[in-house]
Amino acid sequence: MIATKERIKVMKVNDLPKQIGKELHIKDKSIALFHLTNGEVYAIGSRCPHTNGPLAEGIVSGDYVYCPLQDWKVSLRTGEVQKPDDGKVETYETEIFNDYVYVKV
Amino acid sequence: MMKKLVMIGNGMAGIRCLEEILKIDRDSFEITVIGDEKHPNYNRIMLSNVLQGKTTFDEININDWNWYDQNNVTLHSGERVTKIDTEMKHVETDKGNIVPYDELIIATGSSAFILPLPGKDLEGVIGFRTIEDTQKMMDIAKMKKKAVVIGGGLLGLEAARGLIDRGMEVHVVHLLPTLMEQQLDAAAARLLKKDLEAQGMKFLMEKQTTEILGTDYVEGISFSDGTSLQCDLVVMAVGIRPNIALAKEAGLATNSGIIVNDYMETSCPSIYAVGECAEHNGIAYGLVAPLYEQGVELARFLTHTLSGGYKGSILATQLKVAGCDLFSAGKIHEDDETEAIIVHDQFARVYKKILVTDKKIIGIVLYGDASDGNRLFSMLKKGTDISEYTSVSVIQKAGEVASEAAMVAEMAADETVCGCNGITKGTIVQAIKEEELTTFDQVKTCTKAGASCGKCKVTVEAILAHTLGDSFDASAQKTGMCSCTTLSRDEVVAEIQAKGLQHPSEVRHVLGFTQLEGCSKCRPALNYYMRMLYPNDYEDDKASRFVNERMEGNIQNDGTFSVIPRMYGGTTTADDLIRFGEVAKKYEVPLVKITGASRIGLYGVKKEDVPHVWKDLGMRSGYAYSKSLRNVKSCVGSQFCRFGTQDSLQLGIDLEKAIEMVDTPHKMKMGVTGCPRNCAEVLTKDFGIVCVENGFQLYFGGNGGTEVRECDFLTTVTTEEEVIAFAKAYVQYYRKTGVYGERTSTWTERLGVNVIVDTIMDEERRVTLVEEFDIAKGTYQEAWSSVLTNDKKQKLYEVARV
Repeated sequence: MIATKERIKVMKVNDLPKQIGKELHIKDKSIALFHLTNGEVYAIGSRCPHTNGPLAEGIVSGDYVYCPLQDWKVSLRTGEVQKPDDGKVETYETEIFNDYVYVKV
Repeated sequence: MMKKLVMIGNGMAGIRCLEEILKIDRDSFEITVIGDEKHPNYNRIMLSNVLQGKTTFDEININDWNWYDQNNVTLHSGERVTKIDTEMKHVETDKGNIVPYDELIIATGSSAFILPLPGKDLEGVIGFRTIEDTQKMMDIAKMKKKAVVIGGGLLGLEAARGLIDRGMEVHVVHLLPTLMEQQLDAAAARLLKKDLEAQGMKFLMEKQTTEILGTDYVEGISFSDGTSLQCDLVVMAVGIRPNIALAKEAGLATNSGIIVNDYMETSCPSIYAVGECAEHNGIAYGLVAPLYEQGVELARFLTHTLSGGYKGSILATQLKVAGCDLFSAGKIHEDDETEAIIVHDQFARVYKKILVTDKKIIGIVLYGDASDGNRLFSMLKKGTDISEYTSVSVIQKAGEVASEAAMVAEMAADETVCGCNGITKGTIVQAIKEEELTTFDQVKTCTKAGASCGKCKVTVEAILAHTLGDSFDASAQKTGMCSCTTLSRDEVVAEIQAKGLQHPSEVRHVLGFTQLEGCSKCRPALNYYMRMLYPNDYEDDKASRFVNERMEGNIQNDGTFSVIPRMYGGTTTADDLIRFGEVAKKYEVPLVKITGASRIGLYGVKKEDVPHVWKDLGMRSGYAYSKSLRNVKSCVGSQFCRFGTQDSLQLGIDLEKAIEMVDTPHKMKMGVTGCPRNCAEVLTKDFGIVCVENGFQLYFGGNGGTEVRECDFLTTVTTEEEVIAFAKAYVQYYRKTGVYGERTSTWTERLGVNVIVDTIMDEERRVTLVEEFDIAKGTYQEAWSSVLTNDKKQKLYEVARV
């Protein structure tokens, strides 16, 4: 099956505080949205592959988020868990257009 | 039979000599040290770092009292030798002791030279030389505003910077037109002066002081040009004079110092001199490296170890003032015999001058970037032919600069790394391999590299990394506060204060953290330290808080939260209990439980419901999620209990109200129990109070968690007010010295019970700590109500649905 991705308007970028994640529910998916200090916005699957920790609540540094439960470090760009741990979370393309954040799901 | 070896003076050069003797031969000498300072041997060089608040008196001891015991060295401290009898071969002291010797070492050092001016004996005129001088300067800085430092040399500038760090307005008075004229040429001195002015130092150049004004206490100074300046403190840093009076009276040959030959022998048999009191080939040295070299040479001579004797030293100088990186060695001024290589980059504020004669380096002046100092100095000492070296291009791309690692790899084994103690790369590498050292501190203890001024720490660490390869893990070093930096908590906090850094991102940039936005360890820690240091000015950064503190509730393993309201002293009311029930029903709370801290907790509340639950409860936050006071556990005390000696319940409530909300390095639990039966189990709390008939016994540093630790006793006080004051002082001291994430039990072990007791029991310090705590407390608002009255904060709890 070929999944068709849809570009969905989510929220105003200004309503997204920097370095604090936002939990987002779209199409039965739970996504964590992050607004970095450099202005970029990233979206990844909201659950850490380790113990299902809510990544939206983690500490954000640069383009990484640290899971609040067991401190796993996850790349917001690639979704990859950083060494020494292993794993990957889903990533979603984002776009900022006319001050709104769009996520492709 | 053992020879009696007596040493007059208990300073760095002399003790270095003894250490070397003990290393070579422990059995030939019965050693006695007589020194008039009331301390074990300490690192005088570091006094300016103490003054600048970068380290403490405790940390600059080189040999503690145990060292003397362990090495069978008899120490008479606080005792002064009054006479050397060369006929009888003994020395006499001011306490009437007569100590015979077979060999006598004079290591009396030198004294600060006090200019013979009218007013030089006024209170507040100090030579910067000893622990006592430093303490006096720190004390005066607390009460007075204006200081004058006479002398713009190395010591004067370090003293001036220290006094600025201590909050004083400082003028440096210098007789000559340029600063540090013995170490710097005019161009480097100009750059230095500019940088120091930017740090707030003021200069009066080409001024000759004629009089110090005042009746009992210093009030000002006047100059030969008729001008004058008002001040409360005068520090004389115009040079040192070798202490030679004893030697002179004993008939030894002296000039400006005690004259010695290459084996440190004086004109009298069996008497030797080392250190600042000795004059070799017309030079009395005042820097640590040559003094240590002398000490080592004398040790070799006395133990009959082969030695070529002392041949004099070429001096290298660095300045311990942050932001003024300089290095100077050998000749500093050009003349007909020299050729100079000069790089003067005014854009980068870097100045480098290398003086060359016959293809060999004979002088170095570096300012702005002194990283090449040790390498060039080693070439100077070895007389390396520089014709095969090339000068680097004027401009190169960032990143192409040779890194410390690459530099270390190229370094020859006999190259000096630690200039203070004369430790080569080879010695360090050998120690790392043979002793299996893995941290900077171990290398420092084992080889003494980095043990004096500490400037070579970076190089030593690079050598560790280079020698150990991949097995060297910088983050495993006990010093770094997190993997972003090798600096320890104390170093980071000291740098924040010294450099006046105002924001965590500034801290990470200036101190060279590897991740510029930090990590999950240092983000919350720096946020804590900044607010602790600047309670009124620093704005708490929610994004740097761990989720529990950001959301004001404990995150549960399924992503839901707990809601635990404040119940002062474990008390509640019928109305509150009914409300708990109603709210738990309305939000279908899966678990209602009495918590470990005797409160009621609602567990499993969905994130979106959290603010609504708070609102419906209408209660204060119990801070059951934060690094701050959790609760004060109490028994009912004299209100109801037939054994109760005091109203422990009310005291518990008052204590909880006094301490709550304020961030601490880790969570704190307290307890008040009404009698020694200790129903409230207070002896395993961070702070525990046992009520007794005649007052309140205070205990601290206990833990009932991961590692059970019983409290230590602080003191007994008589009133409730005192209990609260002592608690505030204790918490504030913990806030100021604790490592973020360190409970009071480990903190107590680390600092030492006595240090904490002494601090809290010192009335002046206690009062200051209480004041500081009250200032901090005034900046905190109850957490839940401040979320409920702020729309932006409430948005954090919303989940976006599209």
